[in-house]
Amino acid sequence: MKLPAFEYLRARSPEEAWQLHSEVEGDAVYLSGGHSVVPSMALRLQAPSRLIDISGIADLHGVVAQDNALRIGAMTRHAEVMDNPLVARHAPLLALAAPHVAHPAIRNRGTLGGNLALADPASEFPAAVLALRAEIEIIGPEGSRHVPADEFFLDLYETALAPGEILTAVHVPLPPASRVFAFDEIARRRGDYAMVGAAAQADLEKGMIVDASIAFFSVGFTPVRAKAAQAALIGAPLSRESVARAQASLAEDLDPPDDPGFPAHRRLQLARVLLGRVLNQMETRP
Amino acid sequence: MKVLVNTKVNGTPVQEAVTPRSSLADFLRDDLGLTGTHLGCEMGACGACLVLLDGAPVHACLVLAVQAEGGTVETVEGLTETGAVADLQENFHDRNALQCGYCTSGMLMSAQALLARNAAPSRDEIRDALSGNYCRCTGYEAIVDAIAATGRARAAATESAQAASANTEAAE
Amino acid sequence: MTLHIGQPQRRENARRHLAGRGRFVSDLALPRMLHAVFVRSPMAKGRILDIDTEAASLCPGVLRIFTAADLNPRCQPWVGTLDHFAGMQSPPMNILAEDEVLWAGHPVAMILAHSRAEAEDAADQVLVDIEDAEPVTGGAPVLLPGAPRANEAADSNLCYETLLETPDVDRAFAEAAHVVEAAFTFGRHTAVTLEPRAVVADYDPASGALTVHHGTQTPYQFQDVYARHFGLPEGKVRVIAPDVGGSFGMKLHVYNEEMGAVAASLILGRPVRYVADRLESFVSDIHARDHDVHGRMAVAADGTILAMEVDDLTRIGAVSAYPRTSAAEGNQVIRLMGAPYRMPDYRGKLSVAFQNKVQTSQYRAVGHPIACAVTEALVERAAEATGCDPFEIRARNLIADDAYPHVSATGYQFEKLSHQACLARLREMMDPDALRVEQAALRTRGIYRGFGIASFVEITNPGATFYGIGGARISAQDGAVVRMLPSGDIHCAISVTEQGQGTETIIAQVVADQLGVAPERVSVTTGDTATTPSGGANWACRGAGIGGETALRAGRQLRDRILTLAGALVQADPATLRLAGGAVVDAASGAPRIALEEIGRIATYRPDTLPHGVDHSLTVAHHFAPVGYPFDFTNGIQGSLVEVDTETGLVKLLKHWVVEDCGRIINPLLVDEQIRGGVVQGLGPAFFEECQYDVDGQLTNGSLADYLVPMAVEMPDIEIAHIETPTQDTILGAKGVGEAGTAAAGAAAMNAVNDALRPFGACLTQTPMTPLRILDALDAALKERTAP
Repeated sequence: MKLPAFEYLRARSPEEAWQLHSEVEGDAVYLSGGHSVVPSMALRLQAPSRLIDISGIADLHGVVAQDNALRIGAMTRHAEVMDNPLVARHAPLLALAAPHVAHPAIRNRGTLGGNLALADPASEFPAAVLALRAEIEIIGPEGSRHVPADEFFLDLYETALAPGEILTAVHVPLPPASRVFAFDEIARRRGDYAMVGAAAQADLEKGMIVDASIAFFSVGFTPVRAKAAQAALIGAPLSRESVARAQASLAEDLDPPDDPGFPAHRRLQLARVLLGRVLNQMETRP
Repeated sequence: MKVLVNTKVNGTPVQEAVTPRSSLADFLRDDLGLTGTHLGCEMGACGACLVLLDGAPVHACLVLAVQAEGGTVETVEGLTETGAVADLQENFHDRNALQCGYCTSGMLMSAQALLARNAAPSRDEIRDALSGNYCRCTGYEAIVDAIAATGRARAAATESAQAASANTEAAE
Repeated sequence: MTLHIGQPQRRENARRHLAGRGRFVSDLALPRMLHAVFVRSPMAKGRILDIDTEAASLCPGVLRIFTAADLNPRCQPWVGTLDHFAGMQSPPMNILAEDEVLWAGHPVAMILAHSRAEAEDAADQVLVDIEDAEPVTGGAPVLLPGAPRANEAADSNLCYETLLETPDVDRAFAEAAHVVEAAFTFGRHTAVTLEPRAVVADYDPASGALTVHHGTQTPYQFQDVYARHFGLPEGKVRVIAPDVGGSFGMKLHVYNEEMGAVAASLILGRPVRYVADRLESFVSDIHARDHDVHGRMAVAADGTILAMEVDDLTRIGAVSAYPRTSAAEGNQVIRLMGAPYRMPDYRGKLSVAFQNKVQTSQYRAVGHPIACAVTEALVERAAEATGCDPFEIRARNLIADDAYPHVSATGYQFEKLSHQACLARLREMMDPDALRVEQAALRTRGIYRGFGIASFVEITNPGATFYGIGGARISAQDGAVVRMLPSGDIHCAISVTEQGQGTETIIAQVVADQLGVAPERVSVTTGDTATTPSGGANWACRGAGIGGETALRAGRQLRDRILTLAGALVQADPATLRLAGGAVVDAASGAPRIALEEIGRIATYRPDTLPHGVDHSLTVAHHFAPVGYPFDFTNGIQGSLVEVDTETGLVKLLKHWVVEDCGRIINPLLVDEQIRGGVVQGLGPAFFEECQYDVDGQLTNGSLADYLVPMAVEMPDIEIAHIETPTQDTILGAKGVGEAGTAAAGAAAMNAVNDALRPFGACLTQTPMTPLRILDALDAALKERTAP
């Protein structure tokens, strides 16, 4: 399980990164924490000729609360997502998701940007940014752009990132004080990829749900927004009945793969159980 | 093409030319002879290769040696020499919290990081901190016991030091 | 005298590991060493049409590429059968596949390069053209006449079959008030030692000597294997097993890759290193279990167990493992059934079938977990059928503690066991009445807890009837050389080996007590065929029982030598002297007569001052072979408390209890940790571990990200108690303990899960008990309840 040979180069700016990337058209990979690229190369699932280390680019670092959003730099490590007070305050779903991401030592190296750019459908953060209605900041030769999370995750390991583009940050809209959040997953062992997981937030006014945003992971090729379940909740109080309606409507939202080792109906069943638990956690949150 | 890496390993500056594909683990083991860092899965699942990079445990199999540029690496050999984990080692020994010894350096890294964050962790918190450390021999309980005992002793030592300094202040 | 035997002595060698100073084969680098990587068949079955190594041979750093034609002739093929398994067949095995590939992962070519990375680069460039054939991967139908064969060199897929029965078994079933039965499936799992298999073979053509640094538990066995299969004089073969990162039975089998490393070193005349990476481990280390068992139990109206009948189909690889075979596991399954119980009648049928998967063979607690789970699950059903509770039915049927010697229905002879005492002790520890109250209260809140118990026996201290009788060159005896150094310190070189279980520590304790010194003054050498006498080393739980007895007897001989010499020096009758506190003392008063140090000085440096004819040699060698019973059985009982989340199928292991009787306990600290580690190796396959194959014979979860080993968060705390019934076969009285935890942990847990699910009428009979299997069982029970 040794990595195939490659050329290692460090980029100090996005411009330098694109330049190095374009030199070996299609055969370069950006390296941040390396915790997906390195094992994948050790398994010889990929063998890029060049790794471009972008961890030294200043603009990819830092967590800053701006006017309307919290900007989390792509190089923010999972452990920092877990511990950063600004994240806890303004993007609590990321802070709640972080302890579920693999194990402590992985969280010390893995980066939020690397995680989102990989877009593993079984990973926690993509679903969390979806539920947070975050925007993904991307920079490329054509300039900088923001892509809503709903338009970022396109297919299995496929995102809105064009070749050579760099995911620079995540922008999470600052939440109103009344917003409630919950995150949970069903996993065989602590730190395993979940059998199914969910991130949810809701806005309550006088006990009524006025807005809900729910995303599932480990249910298909991308993280999935549960639109029908959201609709089933909006306009109702958080009650046994509304939760049951949301659970029932999940069949419209989720179309999990049917694997002989894990049939689709079971995953849907677990998703319903989990949705009930996540909504219950919201209810009991102070 | 080799790349020159400047790093500090166990307190000693190291400058070596490494092939980019060398993991930090291979670099430590093969180039520096620090074989106390072990390889169990080479994909970040078993925790046998944990070392401290800039003070935090990381998988030396998932970090490229070139990524340690400018960093500070501590391995079990270094932590032993400085005595930083002497109490953990003693409690592991007392409690027979190791058998074949292959997972042990990784366990020490996770334990040291946990106790630095949380001086008196519960058993559940200890088990959680070890969630990425595989041990085939012990069944984990003895390791949890050893870490808990170390935490208690460190907390008691801190408390008595604080009490002593409070007394001194009071006397002044 | 037992000053140190029985004490929780810490392991001296643990200090090295704690400091990162372990010396594992995977750490070893020798001058001119080459690194080996194997090209493996991607298919489970097929015919090799062509292997093109040209591009690979041009890769940087590559020194040599072997295929079967250049490598296999250097090594005598091996055959995994034993004579006492009548009718057993297994085709010969070579290092590299010659025509047929037999499993996905079967080595077809070997690359030697200057680094592992370069060898892997070259392996990617080898083009292997294999004509795909349909693999044999299924269950019972593979044994039907005319079924496609897994291995064309065998005349059918039946490797071995056997039948055990008592004359009255049919009558017992006919007359039973109740017959309970169930079909069980026990998944395939594997050892996953944290240090993978590792070997550095170093042939020196100048001296004709082969040194193999080998991460194994049985160095003498490999000295013999390498000598015979490579045509070398045994005296020219040295096997060194330094620190070994876990073995558990997996590292005593002959593997293609280790044989390949030796062959390559013989051909190239330089050291060859092979260390399996984790992906290779999954497709080349032996797997374990893989049984379908149908079991029935005949029970009288009062809950008395009358008989059992079982049919075990176990699926191995396309060849049987060497030299212990892949049939020993099934053989033990059918012989251990019902072993803790008085049950008089029995029928057990075993079929061992070839298939195109990695070979299975002995792994910790060979056969025990299967026999225990089947027996104990049927005992639970019998309890239900007769209205007994789990403790009551066992109290009624376990062999009484005063009823020994006892012969089991399968023919095992038990010297003396303590089942009833263990049961009573477990009852005190678990307090089942309180657990029942708690269970009922929690159920009203939708929380489903259950507990289960499982009695077991464990085979330890095997004699030569185990393998030797079948023609295998596997030693059941051990040897020790004990000597006093000039300083009065003691050294013991012994054939039992150390993989972290504490062998060296207990040997030091035993020797120390024979010679009246502190264990710190006894150094112990193990694991090197050049410096220790030949013996069985470590397998089937024999280190403490047989190794300990060997050390004890050798120590006593040295004691007698020392006393004789001391008698001459202090002019006393040796019979009036004994050893204590590092000195020869007066036996009656304890008054010191002469220090060991002084005896050592005179014997070594001034033998000229001794009276004429006094023997001053202070080295003794002694070998010990088990006598008396063919095995020293141990016994015990385990309890498990679980909580099942009936919505998700996840199981939380809340607590585990063990009461164990391994005879004389030499070191309670080490014994308890052997048990805990063993329990977790039993819980792993009960809930998590499973080698999953698709219909094409591809292992689909062969990495540590996908194969789920038990980890710290999911494992429970384990409370342990002991009953001590020493064997009278030896002076020491110790039996083995390494496999006890594994033997019954899964059985207790399965009973606990089923106890939790009882309100739903759901019942699991398959391991691992995964969330999906639990949900399936709940659905099936619901369907049954609601069926018209």
